[in-house]
Amino acid sequence: MNRYFSITRFLAIIIKEFIQMRRDRVTFGMMVGIPLLQLLLFGFAINSDPKHLPAAVLMNDQGPQARTLLSAIRNSGYYEFVQQVHSEDEAREVLEHGEVQFVITIPQDFSRDLLRGDKPTLLIEADATDPAATSNAINIMRPLLTTALMNDFKGPLAYLAQSEAPIDLRIHALYNPEAVTQYNIVPGLMGVVLTMTMVMITALAITRERERGTMENLLSMPTRPFEVLLGKIIPYMFVGYIQVTLILIAAHFLFHVPMIGNLGLLFAAAFVFIAANLAVGITFSTLATNQLQAVQGSFFFFLPSLLLSGFMFPFRGMPQWAQNIGEVLPLTHFLRIVRGVLLKGNDFADISLQLWQIGLFAIIALVIGVFRYRQTLD
Amino acid sequence: MSEELAIDVKGMTKRFGTRTVVNKIDLQVRRGEIYGFLGPNGSGKTTFIRMLCGLLKADEGSGTCLGFDVIKQSEEIKKQVGYMTQRFSFYEDLSIRENLDFVARMYGVKKREETVNASIKRLGLAGREQQLAGQLSGGWKQRLALAACLIHEPKLLLLDEPTAGVDPKARRDFWEQIHQLAAEGLTFLITTHYMDEAERCHRLAYIAYGNLLTRGTVQEVIDSAHLTTWSVKGGDLVKLAGELRGKPGVHQAVAFGTMLHVSGGDEKALEQAIAPFRNDHEWMHIRPGLEDVFIHLMDQSKDNFAAE
Ligand SMILES: Nc1ncnc2c1ncn2[C@@H]1O[C@H](COP(=O)(O)OP(=O)(O)O)[C@@H](O)[C@H]1O
Ligand SMILES: [Mg+2]
Repeated sequence: MNRYFSITRFLAIIIKEFIQMRRDRVTFGMMVGIPLLQLLLFGFAINSDPKHLPAAVLMNDQGPQARTLLSAIRNSGYYEFVQQVHSEDEAREVLEHGEVQFVITIPQDFSRDLLRGDKPTLLIEADATDPAATSNAINIMRPLLTTALMNDFKGPLAYLAQSEAPIDLRIHALYNPEAVTQYNIVPGLMGVVLTMTMVMITALAITRERERGTMENLLSMPTRPFEVLLGKIIPYMFVGYIQVTLILIAAHFLFHVPMIGNLGLLFAAAFVFIAANLAVGITFSTLATNQLQAVQGSFFFFLPSLLLSGFMFPFRGMPQWAQNIGEVLPLTHFLRIVRGVLLKGNDFADISLQLWQIGLFAIIALVIGVFRYRQTLD
Repeated sequence: MSEELAIDVKGMTKRFGTRTVVNKIDLQVRRGEIYGFLGPNGSGKTTFIRMLCGLLKADEGSGTCLGFDVIKQSEEIKKQVGYMTQRFSFYEDLSIRENLDFVARMYGVKKREETVNASIKRLGLAGREQQLAGQLSGGWKQRLALAACLIHEPKLLLLDEPTAGVDPKARRDFWEQIHQLAAEGLTFLITTHYMDEAERCHRLAYIAYGNLLTRGTVQEVIDSAHLTTWSVKGGDLVKLAGELRGKPGVHQAVAFGTMLHVSGGDEKALEQAIAPFRNDHEWMHIRPGLEDVFIHLMDQSKDNFAAE
């Protein structure tokens, strides 16, 4: 047998965990029940008024009126111009990757047309995956446009102030055109449920052995930390997949969430995410001295995940420090993946960066767990 | 390293915080020997055994266990040692067979199924193999634990109070099995509270408060205590015990059923002390038993600790 990793021992632990999981009906029932319960509870929307949403500008006109308009939009506080794009394609791409929430397009000869009274078009494309995030920003646009140009429409241009709408405002809500909140909440719930149950169940894995006294026996056998930790994680991957499947079924039949993207891709991505949460749980398990601490630890992880991942509050609407924390959490990235795949039809290339960050998190968590795993009873 | 010694350690010490729980214990156990490890509760027996199989890091000490360095090579030691914990520590939510299967896999036992089947049969667990371990009675749990410890054919068995809470018949069967296995070459280190079990060991050691007080064969242990013991019958023994205790020359007066054992280290002084009571009771000079000796050792060490 290998000195550092033995397949036989690894297998022994997996089999044992599977049997124990099967016998523990209550826990197993909870793992299936929690997702369903949460689905029903979160059926309603959570709203807020996020500001400083990232936006890109496609500026095809440099005239003074165009500039006035842009600064008025910026001053509203709802938009933060983070990027200049130079083509339609580029605009679409940054929107699809979630780098920005809006793209504002100012057409060629905007200022000239405006002065002529030709009603130029101002196009706003919004990523409406999360309607709560975009609706207010969109709603202020119309009143904003009329007041913004008032100052310019003085003296010789006063005639423009008379016309009802000098600009033709067009808003394209992309990805979730009817702005159904459930479309956003239900896929997000998949990540939330997995975070809660996966972390908690493995957080108990080692402390339970310690409290029942079986740890002494396990440690007296020639086994290695990696075998124990991985062996305890694998069986719960299956439980995670049961949850994913349940939620997808409910999303489809109960909430009619559109599923544009490749479900196979989503299942593959879920693997990395489930593994990350299990790794976090198992690491908590090595840190905690009893089951209560393990449960507390998993809540300590769950709460920021729930609040800062963009599930509860639109991510872009949070203060920067909260976004920074959120960027570290696997749930944040998984939410983007689920929404991206289901609602936007993202492919692997679109989600690979998010996936990478979840994977890195999983590896770091597991390494900490391996180092913290004590091979003695001291 | 000696070929004859299964355990050969020196100066094993363990502290929890500032408390020294095992204090510089030396122990040599020959191969094929049944070695008894006795001492009152909390004296450090479990802690000592845990250090032997690498479950606790020794603060001091050195030596070998089955030829491997007891401090550095615990991985190797674990492969060849069977450790039966004081408290049942197999999985109660796994069946007998599943537990044995698990252990066999963990040790990478070849021909696992055959080995597990044989083990179930040998221990008379056939027919109950699907029963959950948690539903077994104390005696059956103990059998299962022993079977599980033996499955990888260890060379050394560390048994921590294996017969606590087990009925006399099961205890007798258990000891018969131990002797048979020892005859086949296995080495045993067994902790126990029972004197009859102590007498069934080839050699034994007695520890109290982390200190090893005496060791050797039963005879050697008794002789080295240099104790004179009188057995008293008849009359009011409770009153007698009260009067004798504290008298110079009398170390202890301990009730054994309807008799009182009065012992002391100095034969002459003891005789003087009991002289006034000789006519009221039936006195008989006896060879001290292990129990007399252990009570004596424990009282002495208590005094030593109080003096410190
Ligand atoms: N992990 C531990 N931490 C602190 N004290 C301990 C620990 N394990 C044992 N002890 C203490 O060490 C002493 C010896 O315990 P133990 O070795 O179990 O004795 P025995 O097996 O002879 O009854 C006891 O007083 C016990 O409270
Ligand atoms: Mg003990």
